Amino acid sequence: MTFRKYLVLAGVTVFAAAGDSMLSHGMKQTGNISIHHLQGVIFAILNPWVAVGILLLLAFFATYMTALSWADLTYVLPATSLGYVILALVARFVLHEHVSPTRWLGIALITGGVGFIASGPEITVHPARSSLSDADAQGTPELEIASKAGERA
Amino acid sequence: MKTVYTWSAILAIVFASVVGDVLLARAMKQVGDLGELRRRIGFLAVIGRILGNPTFLLGVTAMAVAFFSLLFALSWGDVSLVAPAAASLTFIGNAVAAKIFLHEHVDRRRWIAAGLVAAGVALLAG
Repeated sequence: MTFRKYLVLAGVTVFAAAGDSMLSHGMKQTGNISIHHLQGVIFAILNPWVAVGILLLLAFFATYMTALSWADLTYVLPATSLGYVILALVARFVLHEHVSPTRWLGIALITGGVGFIASGPEITVHPARSSLSDADAQGTPELEIASKAGERA
Repeated sequence: MKTVYTWSAILAIVFASVVGDVLLARAMKQVGDLGELRRRIGFLAVIGRILGNPTFLLGVTAMAVAFFSLLFALSWGDVSLVAPAAASLTFIGNAVAAKIFLHEHVDRRRWIAAGLVAAGVALLAG
């Protein structure tokens, strides 16, 4: 794992937390969406908070895809767990939602649980990688897998 | 009634997210390390290669379903419940799905993490 890769993971965390918070704030302003009034979705997107939230989630998506290109799914998701802490802080101090002690404990457990993973290897090295994507592998040369294994060691 | 709506939307998010995450993770492994790829063939070519991957497009479709479920959920429930609950349940679903469909090595460390996250989710819902 290089510094640049940790930076990408940090980006996944921050963009996801900030994006979700802005969406939440915007959706509270636009009010409930009803199944019978789906045009409410269009109005929701016109709300600036929702729009910025969507932009942030796009940034999240770009960093998330980058991370998934060199790390396991079960590594990337937990490695970004710090987002829950950021979300709780934002919900409490920016959106002024009530965060009960029980929820704080839940957030702490989640963060602790996922923190477990961060010290482990980020990618599963498949000896017979052909089982994963035989016909449609476009470019994962053996060289790259070997370099990842070396970097980890 | 609002609680039922919120949790239905959360479950919809989780299912669509797991399907989407697994498809996207598989697609990005097919494409290869983006950093190295960008140095070799350039930024636009990398974008083209990603967008031309059918698995990626399917994954994005699933993620779009998850995103609109999220919009519904957020209009009914608090962000400090909806976001962690959906993300954490998705994480557990992903641990199982990644082992089955992506053949990732989900070791004890990763299962313990899944258990702690599950406990955390239960507390968030309480």
